[in-house]
Amino acid sequence: MFYRENGQFKTSYAADQQIFTIAQDKWFVWGLIAFAALAVPMLADEYMFRAILIPFLVLSLAALGVNLLVGYCGQITLGAGAFMAIGAYAAYNFMVRIDGMPLVLAMLLGGVSAAAFGILFGIPSLRVRGLYLAVATLAAQFLCDWAFLRIGWFTNNSSSGSVSVAKLEMLGWAIDSPTEKYLFCLAFVVVFAFIGKNLTRAAIGRQWMAIRDMDVAAEVIGIRPMFAKLSAFAVSSFFVGVAGALWGFVHLGSWEPAAFSVDRSFQLLFMVIIGGMGSIMGSFFGAAFIVILPIFLNQFLPLLGSLVGVTVSTAGISHAELIIFGSLIIFFLIVEPHGLARLWSIAKQKLRLWPFPH
Amino acid sequence: MDMTDMNSAAATSPAGRRQGEVILDLQNISLRFGGVKALTDISFNIREHEVRAIIGPNGAGKSSMLNVINGVYHPQEGRIFFRGEERKKMEPHMAALQGIARTFQNIALFKGMSVLDNIMTGRNLKMKCNLFQQALWLGPALREEIAHREKVEEIVDFLEIQHIRKTPVGALPYGLQKRVDLGRALAMEPQILLLDEPMAGMNVEEKQDMCRFILDISDQFGTTIVLIEHDMGVVMDISDRVVVLDYGKKIGDGTPDEVRNNQDVINAYLGSGH
Repeated sequence: MFYRENGQFKTSYAADQQIFTIAQDKWFVWGLIAFAALAVPMLADEYMFRAILIPFLVLSLAALGVNLLVGYCGQITLGAGAFMAIGAYAAYNFMVRIDGMPLVLAMLLGGVSAAAFGILFGIPSLRVRGLYLAVATLAAQFLCDWAFLRIGWFTNNSSSGSVSVAKLEMLGWAIDSPTEKYLFCLAFVVVFAFIGKNLTRAAIGRQWMAIRDMDVAAEVIGIRPMFAKLSAFAVSSFFVGVAGALWGFVHLGSWEPAAFSVDRSFQLLFMVIIGGMGSIMGSFFGAAFIVILPIFLNQFLPLLGSLVGVTVSTAGISHAELIIFGSLIIFFLIVEPHGLARLWSIAKQKLRLWPFPH
Repeated sequence: MDMTDMNSAAATSPAGRRQGEVILDLQNISLRFGGVKALTDISFNIREHEVRAIIGPNGAGKSSMLNVINGVYHPQEGRIFFRGEERKKMEPHMAALQGIARTFQNIALFKGMSVLDNIMTGRNLKMKCNLFQQALWLGPALREEIAHREKVEEIVDFLEIQHIRKTPVGALPYGLQKRVDLGRALAMEPQILLLDEPMAGMNVEEKQDMCRFILDISDQFGTTIVLIEHDMGVVMDISDRVVVLDYGKKIGDGTPDEVRNNQDVINAYLGSGH
């Protein structure tokens, strides 16, 4: 009734090729961004920022990067944790070794380093695909785990093996309160989400999707598989690398290689699968599902227990949390194998016709 | 296929299309997969603006021939000349650069993408903006996108698929998917258009539509068309010259009338009783 494109006529192709072709969508997303930037800092407390919002934002950015590769270009990867690590350690080294290195530039350079490694580890994708490629990218993961643990140069010869960033500052703005850290991450995520969207709706995104859907036909119309696949690896790793730098600098502050273990790679891949492959929005849904749901269950289960008069032990809660989380994943994958993003678009489709069934 | 159509087709002579220079010359092409000889010593040429049909029984090597022409298969022997120049590297990208487009026997569309996006991919070789311009979606990238969208809309109009332009191709019926496949090839503004059984599995109306599109492409754009088809009525009706393959060998080459009366071709493919 209120979500309908009636009366919104497109008179030029430029208007027809906007990101949000329906005006309500545009207002919704801009409203959401405004809410996140203006209202959330006033509403949320420190716990919310530290435990939920900042991890959610950073992991959404990483999931978005993984989605560009897995969802749009169809190249499966289990090396996302490694590229996050490369982003974080490279940014750290740029900060430590070059005097007066601006924070944002160091992070972007971290992303560029991750992109270079992404291209390197993307080379196997030219010959192998599917599960075999997943195993090949897993090599990146183990190589990085080893290198950042054993090679002292990367950690600036830190004796404990962990590295830390002294203080975050951008153009004289000290980013130290949780609210400021949150806003810093939010800015990154919004800009990168729009860049991701632009790439996927432009020529390069079509090349990626063509390679994903039918690689022989893509070659025949002149798409070079090498360029398409390696550019997807590069862009994806760049996103993931920047997310890794944010994770290390802003969220953790000090970290060791275990922060970017193979678990992280799996977590990011699950986010993409649950959120929706080939959807920018889906990356956010997936990150929200995986970051927020366990915390929500953790808070909600004792409440539910007390409601029915049962006191649940702490161990019981953490077990129940895993059980419910696992079954929800199975449930969603059975109900909608294309992820939460598909549910979202079905809901929008229904809403366009509502209150009529057809 | 329906052989009775042939008699009705015999009444009309092949369209008197202007035929230009030889645009593609295939010399002594041999292609083997291990011990299997897919093509043996095949030579024929394709003239500009003509409609050239390749016919033959199943497994004769017709699709392999198209795959050789657009560089997917690499023949062990033989040479390919495009406008008198020998093709050095046998790869699909080179063929695409030379302006050779094709459609597929089993539709090979990009299933997850809309009709518009599918046809837009056909223009990827003509889009020059780099990654950074595309990421920002400003200025040159936007102008380029709009310019190519206009071209694509012309093709959408030509193929009469305006109503489905935003539908994901996976959701379309077979006949329309074939049309989108043709649209994607046309978006390359090809010199040579290779059509691999464009009418397979279609009913009479759909076949008529497809024939009309093929003839219109030939007339309006002057595109050279190479066609594989089993419907002899269609082949004899719309093609200028026909080459006949059987077991990877060429057994006939000429105008539809010559081919129709060639005894080898009758024995191998057309059958007697006509």
